[in-house]
Amino acid sequence: MSDRPLLELRGVDKAFGGLTVVSELDVHVAEGEIVSIIGPNGAGKTTLFNLITGIYRPDAGDIVLDGRSLVGLPPHEITKRGVARTFQMLRLFLNMSVKENLMAVQYGRTRATVVESIFRLPRARREEREVNRVAEEKLAFFGQRLAGYRWEQPAYSLSYANRRRLEIARATATEPRILLLDEPAAGMNPVETHEMTELIGKLRDNAGHTILVIEHDMHVVEGISDRVVALDHGVKIAEGSFDAVATDARVVEAYLGLRQAETK
Amino acid sequence: MESGGDNPDLPAPLDSLDRPRVGVDEWVAQVEQRRERYTGLAGLTYRALAFVPAPARLALFAAFAAALPLWMGRGDLFTYGIFTLLYALLGLGLNVVVGYAGLLDLGYIAFFGFGAYFYAELSSPQYGIHWSAAASIPVVVAATSLLGLVLGISSRRLLGDYLAIVTLFFGQAFVVFVNVGNPTVAGKGLTGGPNGIADIDPLSFFGYELTTRTQQFYFLLLSVVVVLVGLHFLSESRTGRAWRALREDPLAAETMTIPVKRLKLMAFAFGAGIAGFTGCIFASVLTAVTAGNFDLPLLITIYAVVILGGLGSLTGVVLGAIVINVSFQFLAPENPQNNARILFYAIVLLLLVLSLRPRWRLAAVVGGVVGLGLVTRLVDEVLAPSWAGGPVVEGGRLAPAIGDWVVIPAPGHGRFGSFAYVALVVAILILTLVRGSLRTALLVPAVYLAAVVWENSFVEQPAVARWILFGSLLIGLMTVRPQGLLGTPRVEVV
Repeated sequence: MSDRPLLELRGVDKAFGGLTVVSELDVHVAEGEIVSIIGPNGAGKTTLFNLITGIYRPDAGDIVLDGRSLVGLPPHEITKRGVARTFQMLRLFLNMSVKENLMAVQYGRTRATVVESIFRLPRARREEREVNRVAEEKLAFFGQRLAGYRWEQPAYSLSYANRRRLEIARATATEPRILLLDEPAAGMNPVETHEMTELIGKLRDNAGHTILVIEHDMHVVEGISDRVVALDHGVKIAEGSFDAVATDARVVEAYLGLRQAETK
Repeated sequence: MESGGDNPDLPAPLDSLDRPRVGVDEWVAQVEQRRERYTGLAGLTYRALAFVPAPARLALFAAFAAALPLWMGRGDLFTYGIFTLLYALLGLGLNVVVGYAGLLDLGYIAFFGFGAYFYAELSSPQYGIHWSAAASIPVVVAATSLLGLVLGISSRRLLGDYLAIVTLFFGQAFVVFVNVGNPTVAGKGLTGGPNGIADIDPLSFFGYELTTRTQQFYFLLLSVVVVLVGLHFLSESRTGRAWRALREDPLAAETMTIPVKRLKLMAFAFGAGIAGFTGCIFASVLTAVTAGNFDLPLLITIYAVVILGGLGSLTGVVLGAIVINVSFQFLAPENPQNNARILFYAIVLLLLVLSLRPRWRLAAVVGGVVGLGLVTRLVDEVLAPSWAGGPVVEGGRLAPAIGDWVVIPAPGHGRFGSFAYVALVVAILILTLVRGSLRTALLVPAVYLAAVVWENSFVEQPAVARWILFGSLLIGLMTVRPQGLLGTPRVEVV
């Protein structure tokens, strides 16, 4: 792990009309790190992801990936630079096959023009083989869960947990430098949640991804995080190791309210 | 298939965490196949079609089509062959915009019209320009694509209904411009106004002119095959996948390295280019163009081709074009009325077969209709002879049977058909209100009434009957297969 942050947010502000959603936010993620964002509903966690991926534009501040600012770039350009995300409410290409989901998102990494594709010229053929190989490699990472016979099936036929896995697989197919996971364990049963915890660890250890993750399940957060950032009303209220953040008075207050925090 | 113990349909037991329950998801995934397991002839056809690989299917289609001119007359080759292929080409272009990219473009026919008019300007006595098609087709296709790009740029922020309204306006504006606008250029009306442009040159390539119907047909067939192959490769490329991804979820596509706006523009330009190319062929084959050729009916027809065939399916578009054009031409007023009549009774019978279970109920209704007809006709003959014995219009061999079965008043009772029509509408309304055996019983007079209306009214108005039959055919086909003949059902997960 190097000291230089791979992704850095400096003083990011975002307001919708009069409602300030994110204010004066500083977050940094180092190469190879797993950082969790926690906070109650409406704390601005997903907005943070939308700001990083370019769906929203920050009112002030800067978002820097490896020394280059991402502010003002269109989302597809930001993903090409190496930021890939999953969605809290799944947004798969449901009527495409499992494998096609992973092949489609490699658009930004390929160059073949329409003419080259139509006439199957050498570059189009070569890229097609490469796209196919990457898709199969990324799916293979999920082992039995997204095993071979499912590759040609439409994405809608997958179970809910498998759709979550496919979203992660799809994000990794863009070969990102940093992976943003929005509640990867939402709606999963305890067994699947445990599996997801292990999977996120493996995504870092075996696949070498840097990960920024929003998660509500504290067991998952405890199990994966190098560092935890707690948000409330768009403001960073705590940062540090899981144990430090989980016992921080302001975090407890944000989750449980002032009275409970005092009596604790 | 992975086995789950003794019964392969049951999920395997969960014996450890690291051994996932293989088979459960698969069983769920196959629910569509189980539901859609066709039986009998339909199942055999679908399975056979799925078994034939795409190149073989294309070769089969090409071989069949190539043999058409050997036995078809020149007129039939024009109405059936050439028009089917024109529809197929137009459908293939629209399929890129609507089927792949999911953009509801209702101005599509304007590109077809633009291509046709532009070709006409370049190759007709209108301005005395006579370019060879080898030069004019590339120019026209490029210009039409550019026009598609312009429309795409001006409406790039619009989605769904809004896009539909703007593009529809564009399509209608084109018709008005051509028909009424007709600006004077170089001392002459540019588009010829309501008269259009006539005496357009045939397609010519390097001194070789395509003048006969057979030559034009083969050129079109070659174009369709080339476009089909090209689109097949394109749909299995990065561009095709990106189009389908943005159709499924534009936001997810945008955050997954796909430049959504640029791809939408590409889809518009690509579809427009194919339409412009088709326009060139259309203008040269018809040798004249007028604004009426490019109005709403054609737009609706092409949408019907694409939707009936199955959005996004290339084979489906070709099949849709065949079904739509052949059935429409088959019902043309110039054709003997028996065509329409046979189709009418066939549709009625088909609807009865599809909707009546068990079989004895079907037999009872059909028997009831025949019996009711014979009895009514007999009573009519005895009680009011002047209301019987009218001539059967173009009955052919069926004439005696129809004459003995359907009440046809002698000439002079002109309004009889109209009254019967009103009665039929009332009968259908009542049918939708009642249930069970009463409905089955009421079906008998309703069907008979339909036959009476047909023989007294529609048979004398072939143009009206054509649209009604054509419409019912489409409604019937689309009810049976809502996803189109070869389309896959789209699924939304909630």
